[in-house]
Amino acid sequence: MELNANIPSGPLAEKWDRYRFERKLVSPANKRKYDIIVVGTGLAGASASATLAELGYAVKTFCIQDSPRRAHSIAAQGGINAAKNYANDGDSIWRLFYDTIKGGDFRAREANVYRLAQVSNEIIDQAVAQGIPFARDYGGLLANRSFGGAQVSRTFYARGQTGQQLLLGAYSALMRQAAAGKVTIVPRREMLDLVLVNGRARGIVVRNLITGEVENHSAHAVVLCTGGYGNVYFLSTNAMASNVTACYRAYKRGAVFANPCYTQIHPTCIPVHGDYQSKLTLMSESLRNDGRVWVPKKPGDKRPPREIPEEERDYYLENKYPSFGNLVPRDVASRNAKEQCDMGKGVGETGRAVYLDFEDAIRRDGKDVIAQKYGNLFQMYEKITGENPYETPMMIYPAVHYTMGGLWVDYNLMSTIPGLFVLGEANFSDHGANRLGASALMQGLADGYFVLPYTIGGYLAAESFPDVPVDHPAFKEAARDVQARVERFLAVGGKRTVDDFHRELGHIMWEHCGMARTNEGLNKAKGMIQALRGEFWENVKVPGSERDFNQSLERAGRVADFLEFGELMITDALARQESCGCHLNEAYQTEENEAKRDDENFCHVACWEYAGDDKEPVFHKEPLVFENVELTQRSYK
Amino acid sequence: MSKTINLTLKVWRQEGPEKKGRLETYPAKEISTDMSFLEMIDVINDRLTLDGKEPIAFDHDCREGICGMCGAVVNGHAHGPEKGTTLCQLHMRHFSDGDTIVVEPWRARAFKVIKDLVVDRSAFDEIIRAGGYISANTGGAPDGNAIPIPKEVADTAMDAAACIGCGACVAACPNASAMLFVGAKVSHLGLLPQGRPEAARRVQSMVDRMDELGFGNCTNEAECEAACPKEISITNIARLNREFLKAKLFSPHS
Ligand SMILES: Cc1cc2nc3c(=O)[nH]c(=O)nc-3n(C[C@H](O)[C@H](O)[C@H](O)COP(=O)(O)OP(=O)(O)OC[C@H]3O[C@@H](n4cnc5c(N)ncnc54)[C@H](O)[C@@H]3O)c2cc1C
Ligand code: SF4
Ligand code: FES
Repeated sequence: MELNANIPSGPLAEKWDRYRFERKLVSPANKRKYDIIVVGTGLAGASASATLAELGYAVKTFCIQDSPRRAHSIAAQGGINAAKNYANDGDSIWRLFYDTIKGGDFRAREANVYRLAQVSNEIIDQAVAQGIPFARDYGGLLANRSFGGAQVSRTFYARGQTGQQLLLGAYSALMRQAAAGKVTIVPRREMLDLVLVNGRARGIVVRNLITGEVENHSAHAVVLCTGGYGNVYFLSTNAMASNVTACYRAYKRGAVFANPCYTQIHPTCIPVHGDYQSKLTLMSESLRNDGRVWVPKKPGDKRPPREIPEEERDYYLENKYPSFGNLVPRDVASRNAKEQCDMGKGVGETGRAVYLDFEDAIRRDGKDVIAQKYGNLFQMYEKITGENPYETPMMIYPAVHYTMGGLWVDYNLMSTIPGLFVLGEANFSDHGANRLGASALMQGLADGYFVLPYTIGGYLAAESFPDVPVDHPAFKEAARDVQARVERFLAVGGKRTVDDFHRELGHIMWEHCGMARTNEGLNKAKGMIQALRGEFWENVKVPGSERDFNQSLERAGRVADFLEFGELMITDALARQESCGCHLNEAYQTEENEAKRDDENFCHVACWEYAGDDKEPVFHKEPLVFENVELTQRSYK
Repeated sequence: MSKTINLTLKVWRQEGPEKKGRLETYPAKEISTDMSFLEMIDVINDRLTLDGKEPIAFDHDCREGICGMCGAVVNGHAHGPEKGTTLCQLHMRHFSDGDTIVVEPWRARAFKVIKDLVVDRSAFDEIIRAGGYISANTGGAPDGNAIPIPKEVADTAMDAAACIGCGACVAACPNASAMLFVGAKVSHLGLLPQGRPEAARRVQSMVDRMDELGFGNCTNEAECEAACPKEISITNIARLNREFLKAKLFSPHS
């Protein structure tokens, strides 16, 4: 298979302009003849649906939740980046591009990242026009804060609810198009297969989550905006319904999966406290602007934090990384927290936590200022833990948060299946081996508002499309498969719940394919997952019936896919015999325990093609060519 | 420090919209006080599943109080007795050993029960569709700093925009009115200069739609504000009323 990224020629800064000029256009009158399916209503899906409809396409948009407004993007807290340079601190498109490439440890595609930085400013303008109530200073202008991995202040925010506000903006644009009759919204549906006709994506099979009916929907192109797969770890900061199913089904139909092992572990989450726990809660990393991370110097020091004097505290990030301090990138912050806890310096009941302390910030700025900035986060923390962070330091620990891997896409955001486009967290494209804070919202909206609406036109204009009715044999076959699988879950009648399997898979992944990996652990995990998968199909118990609202059945499908996909992540992690960004193989570290890249052998995107059940997938690579930046060892000292 | 408590749950079970529902009783033994309310239901559901029974259907997603998907009436309170808290953020440390807890779905004419605790809130989407937006096509927006917006205005708009669309206000209101939800959106958009050009049209069409969908009238009971997990202020209803009157007075259509 040839992986052609279709990067336009010419100097980096001119590629996107040149591309837009050279790309074929669909005439306005013809656009309404094209049906486009969008799966997902997060930032990527809602923005893409609204914009495609504004352009005149006939759009049908699907989501799992009861309303498009509830997609997981709603939970993003901290902010969204843009190269506005309002703070006049030396920011520029080039700097945002460079920070993102470097933050991703030189494992992302230059041209895509540059385009992302270019359109970042338009996103802010668009969001303001829609009425997003971004934070403002007393002069009435937009306020900014800084985020990990950057030395400039370029993050726009709406209290601790930036994702909510941006999503509600995209949702309102979507509803406006629904009112105009240009978008049909189909909520409470789960995509369970992709339908190909003559090698092109021409539709999807979904299950109606209320009635259990299996439905076919056809279109000229399919756009997946189905988010990330962090829930393969069971515990993560993702919403409960976040899953890999849509992407995994597309993978099984021939879309190549890129870098599945790149998983981001976020440094500031509320620590795990019990077996019954269903999810982990993120405390936005914007807190690291004012909070100071520390542990007791002495291992096993069980005194309450306020009784530990200043000189017996180890502010390990500030000490080790004087220029970035508490604002080092996420992977670095997470690994350091783990390292401190591994040395026995962790705090709290379990010893798997570090402090994030606001005492100095409150003393410096006053409680009101801190409450203004982080009030809702402090409140959330108190609700969950029963402790007041204005008085005692927060306890935090890393948790799975974001997946940089995803379906492979070219510069057009098209996968290896013609007519299948992938946006937002679901694709692999812009963050390399590590994503910087406040860049996912930026990417989702860039893809949806500003990139796909142009690129999809080029595909549609260049092809001619025979009619594909929903009773086409390809649809019938896919629907039959979906139905059979549903029946199979219900027929097992075993002794363990779906969640029980999910939890066990999560443990395996966290232990062996989490923050630090070894070849031995990965190999072991591979066998464990295969065994667990075998047991699942013999011993899972899925109650209820098929033609019904059946949440256990929904979860069974997602977990069954995770049980296969987890193995693909491990295969990928084993193939990448280097460390980079969030992928740390313990055999490859610098003297300072940082990820040590091997640019000679691994400066590529690792791409996996499905070869059949229980067969090793076929490996392909897209070499990464850096023409504009020099590959350096990341240093945040 | 965590401890465990034993509770009795009385949960509304209803197989479908047209079926008759009833309260069923389940023992909830050894519940850790660190659990969230939904984690407690997870535990009950695991036990029901292993006993060969149907687990309780309930909506949820983010489990951190922001998606607005969860919600149930707990001991007569929408989202339970804690102020400013969604059901997913309600923790079991607020209950005592031996308590009986009654759990029921939102009840309102405009929200039909789908199953057990799950209700259909698509009426909220319908109201937004009627005008809960600013008409700004993608592309060509002026620079984000082109119109300065006083901080107090942006902050008040943000207060209103924090609504998560959960429907607790409707469930708590004796008239099942949606005025707090609509007031929050009308305020958020109407306070901002970008939202002014469409303000009159927006408020009329959202209110008309709300009435058509079977939500009741507001008679100033203030139960909505008390139940709202995001503490959306009832002043938003006053603002909605003012906007509505203004729109009626000056509208060429009325
Ligand atoms: C707690 C938290 C805080 C975050 N904070 C920030 C931040 O401050 N800044 C930042 O830049 N990023 C942040 N992120 C990351 C960011 O929120 C996400 O990466 C981003 O929102 C993903 O958007 P998306 O549109 O790609 O997908 P999502 O928002 O995840 O949407 C996925 C959509 O797909 C639908 N879907 C999924 N599978 C199917 C299926 N099979 N069938 C039908 N529909 C399906 C879902 O219903 C949903 O509508 C945060 C993430 C978390 C977890
Ligand atoms: S106003 Fe409050 S109670 Fe009503 S939908 Fe919004 S957040 Fe929920
Ligand atoms: S589950 Fe999202 S608000 Fe409760």
